[in-house]
Amino acid sequence: MAAIELSDVRKTYPGGFEAVKGISLPIRDGEFVVLVGPSGCGKSTLLRMIAGLERITSGTVKIANRVVNNLEPMQRDIAMVFQNYALYPHMTVFQNLAYGLKNRGMAKSEIDIRVDEVARILEIEPYLARKPRALSGGQRQRVAMGRAIVREPAAFLFDEPLSNLDAKLRIQMRGEIKQLQKRLGTTSVYVTHDQLEAMTLADRLVVLNTGEIEQIGTPLDIYRRPATTFVAAFIGSPAMNLVKAHRRSGAAVFGDASLPMADDIASGMEVTVGVRPEDLTVAGTKDALRLTLKIAYVEELGATRLVHGTVDGQNLVASVPVDCPLGETLEVHAEPSALHFFDPQTGRRLN
Amino acid sequence: MVENRPWLNIFSHIVLILGVLTVAFPVYLAFIASTHGPDDFMSGVMPVLPGPHLIDNYWQMLSQGVSTSGAPPLWRMMFNSLVMALMIAVGKIAISILSAFAMVYFRFPLRGVAFWLIFITLMLPVEVRIMPTFKVVADLHLLNSYAGLSIPLIASATATFLFRQFFLTVPDELTEASRVDGATPMMFFRDILLPLSRTNIAALFVILFIYGWNQYLWPLLITTDPQYYTVVMGIKRMADVADAIPQWNVVMATVILAMLPPVVVVVAMQRLFVKGLVETEK
Amino acid sequence: MQTKRTVFGSPVLPYLLVLPQLAITFVFFLWPAGQAVWQSFLREDPFGLKTSFVWFANYQKLFVDPQYLYSLQITAVFALSVAVLSIGSALVLAVAADRMIRLSQTYTTLLVWPYAVAPAVAGVMWWFMFNPTIGIMSYMLEMLGYDWNHSLNPTDAMILVVIAASWKQISYNFLFFLAGLQAIPASLNEAAAIDGAGPVKRFFTIVLPLLSPTTFFLAVVNMVYAMFDTFAVIHATTQGGPSGSTAILVYKVFQDGFIGLKLGSSAAQSVVLMVIVITLTVIQFRWVERHVEY
Repeated sequence: MAAIELSDVRKTYPGGFEAVKGISLPIRDGEFVVLVGPSGCGKSTLLRMIAGLERITSGTVKIANRVVNNLEPMQRDIAMVFQNYALYPHMTVFQNLAYGLKNRGMAKSEIDIRVDEVARILEIEPYLARKPRALSGGQRQRVAMGRAIVREPAAFLFDEPLSNLDAKLRIQMRGEIKQLQKRLGTTSVYVTHDQLEAMTLADRLVVLNTGEIEQIGTPLDIYRRPATTFVAAFIGSPAMNLVKAHRRSGAAVFGDASLPMADDIASGMEVTVGVRPEDLTVAGTKDALRLTLKIAYVEELGATRLVHGTVDGQNLVASVPVDCPLGETLEVHAEPSALHFFDPQTGRRLN
Repeated sequence: MVENRPWLNIFSHIVLILGVLTVAFPVYLAFIASTHGPDDFMSGVMPVLPGPHLIDNYWQMLSQGVSTSGAPPLWRMMFNSLVMALMIAVGKIAISILSAFAMVYFRFPLRGVAFWLIFITLMLPVEVRIMPTFKVVADLHLLNSYAGLSIPLIASATATFLFRQFFLTVPDELTEASRVDGATPMMFFRDILLPLSRTNIAALFVILFIYGWNQYLWPLLITTDPQYYTVVMGIKRMADVADAIPQWNVVMATVILAMLPPVVVVVAMQRLFVKGLVETEK
Repeated sequence: MQTKRTVFGSPVLPYLLVLPQLAITFVFFLWPAGQAVWQSFLREDPFGLKTSFVWFANYQKLFVDPQYLYSLQITAVFALSVAVLSIGSALVLAVAADRMIRLSQTYTTLLVWPYAVAPAVAGVMWWFMFNPTIGIMSYMLEMLGYDWNHSLNPTDAMILVVIAASWKQISYNFLFFLAGLQAIPASLNEAAAIDGAGPVKRFFTIVLPLLSPTTFFLAVVNMVYAMFDTFAVIHATTQGGPSGSTAILVYKVFQDGFIGLKLGSSAAQSVVLMVIVITLTVIQFRWVERHVEY
């Protein structure tokens, strides 16, 4: 177990493309950090640089206080779980788990003990003699996990390990990974493009975009106070509404509604206002801050319904209870505290 | 099939049966001829029904051969063919898989040059460079030796390309996983790549065994010592024997024995063979 | 040229890995080929005592030598005949076999084995069947009023080697056609049937156009086969005769070099052959490249 420290890590490909643009990130011992972002944001490249599968153009990567920039993956004492599992197809489950230990010159009796222990933890004992192709997707995933755990490495690196599973299994495995990591207390770096997976797993979330960090924080922090419009739109489902508004004496004017906005927020005449669909509630008679949503269509989710519509020509989604009656329009209300203000030029948070 | 047309199916069967018979006819006649005594070929038309000399003819060929032809007994020539075919097949596979591994899994200066040098071998069949190749082999004192029979035929661009093609389909993650597991390049080759290439190796082996066994021009050139004759080239010597009338019965016994091993290999490993054939040409 | 995303870093190992192949390639392929090119510019006196550099004289002599021009012509006739005969019969058989649902595999087994028969062996068998005195084919032809004799009649000799060479090649072409046919989605045939096309019309409008890449590929491969791999067929049967009527280019290189000992001319002929192989190989690879993009 060990802390990992990235200082100003960059990756420039021979063609000149900058995949990772100077990322610094300290990861504490035993922490579960999730790197999340859309495809091409550099999250996988960053992970592979930690693993030693990708050369580091500049900056340093430290694992357990040791600069590992020029070390082979094996010497870094890490283990990795791949998206397609990368199980050796011609080896049995047992041999898959044992391979890394054997290469490290571990005694056979010791290997047997370790593999059996891990197989017990992951409940894959009945399959030890099988080849990967005789296993279901979920079982293969467990074997891939097992291969990482059995090594007892300083850190686990996960590269979208759940994206090849169906939705139901993904949720189940997500829970198991979380539990297992808590139990073993091994420092983990996990890459995913799925924001929900990121939220549920992370101790700390790192949102990446075009090779740079947009925001670092606990899942709740990030959900409650997204630092940029990118993060606001990326984290949370359904996505946060982002609409343009004008500023006028202590308020942001949007359609016929005026949203209260503290004067001390420095910005120009335009402002981007963010509000989550679930923060838009059906307006009561007392609510002063109301918007008239012209309904375009409705999505039934069972527990709630998503009302898609327009206000002042801008798209807006509200999440409302299923029992609320719907006509041509819907009056919705938002608490001032639920409003997020962003600079429309830089996308940075204002309040 | 889209619609049911019985006459079309019957017609297809007829075409196929005719095809099978046409293809098999020469071999049938060869076999029939190998069961007769030499006198049955003196005049008239060749026999089309089996004769009584099957065992005599094959026994004579295998144990003694045709003494006047100066060729050794057939078992000796078949053994030579076997050694040559095995050396060619194993040698080609070994050097091809190693160079394909280097081409795909390493980046090194002159890699492009090496690739092109290998590619060129495709364009230089033995037939077009007979004389100088013969001279090289003679200068290396490899005439009348198993090494001379096999080594000059071992370089193969097709086998290298087949392995290269296959290696490119092996997921990168397997290589990465093995690196994380602490495998060196040669350990990765031995523990992961070689086992994964098993079917390709087997398929290629079938093709190359046939290729080696059926060599004709090369053994003809470089063997003057009968102890190194191969069976395929030996047929010619026997067919020429006694100047005028070849002893058809024993020549055809040789024909049957010469085709038997490769035909058995193809029929027994048809699936692998078809895979190997279709894939080497991709 | 592709490599893997992850490559191993090692300064020496890759060279050791390619060394065996490159060494053999150099010693037995490149060096002799270079020698052939060099030799093709030299002329040696009949006793091998004096060698002089003669530039393109060997080539000039070659292309006015009626024997050589005849050989070129023979080779073209031979290669085309073999390609047409073996591709044609293989296509018919493959289409028939593709119709079979259960027996396709059995018929394949019964048709593929000639691939394993050595060209020399195939030649000897057909030579035997067409033997003018006892051969069953010449006997039947005689009943039909034709006096077959391949050791005297150039046309008969050519027909014999074409048949022997094609016989062996049918199985190869059959396998590729069958693979090509099985790769055509059943839905295409079904759609055409719904559009009102009967089996014959479908064959010519749907199946044959979709098989054209395979056919082209096989045409090139068969030409190469007929030009180079059939040496044994000819050597084991007609030996180029009668009077050079089956002496295709490859055979002539051998004849002039090993038997006639005309080294300069033989070398020049080798170089011409190399140019032909290189051209055919380039055509084939061009096609493969284009084909892969589909």
